[in-house]
Amino acid sequence: MSERLAGLLHVAFPDASEVDVVDRTGGGDHFHVTVVDASFQGLSLVAQHRLVYDALTEPLGDGTIHELRITTRGEA
Amino acid sequence: MSDLQDRIRDTIEQEPVVAFIKGTHEQAYCGNSDRALQALRGVGAGFATVDVLPDPRIREELSALSDWPTIPQVFVAGELVGGADIVQELAMTGQLQATLEEKLGEAWRRPGDERTVSVTDGPGLRVVPTG
Repeated sequence: MSERLAGLLHVAFPDASEVDVVDRTGGGDHFHVTVVDASFQGLSLVAQHRLVYDALTEPLGDGTIHELRITTRGEA
Repeated sequence: MSDLQDRIRDTIEQEPVVAFIKGTHEQAYCGNSDRALQALRGVGAGFATVDVLPDPRIREELSALSDWPTIPQVFVAGELVGGADIVQELAMTGQLQATLEEKLGEAWRRPGDERTVSVTDGPGLRVVPTG
């Protein structure tokens, strides 16, 4: 499942310098995703996280993701 | 526009700081909700909470209003500040305090001033009495 999320994030953020998905519990439904992308620069954290949510609309909507932690940065 | 969405909007606009969470200010039933409250407590902010668990429509209407899919959601002076991760990060960097100060002035410093309000019981807001 981590691979599916990472795949969706790579599609949404093709130029990201870092995409990381951690299955926090090993159960396949509690995730911590990290996206570092220069395009985040100048965006509020709310705007940055909205972009991540948009990328993960499907697994968020179908119940795959029970809990999601997000870390975003505009530069490494 | 449903009555429920009206009450949610009113709560967001009227409460200086309000967190929509799973549970109450006394007992959060979700680690993320608890993290958001701990961040607010940690900086000494007063806040109201709204429990989204009593009715699934609360969460649906809230997310439709805020364009934010997950719980918790923390609002300051009517504006979405973020979920647990953002509020925690902002508290650690001092930006949460700066935002509270900017939006609410000194009035945001109300440590321990915590209550839970309902958006589902009858017209207007009902304050749930706590011990």
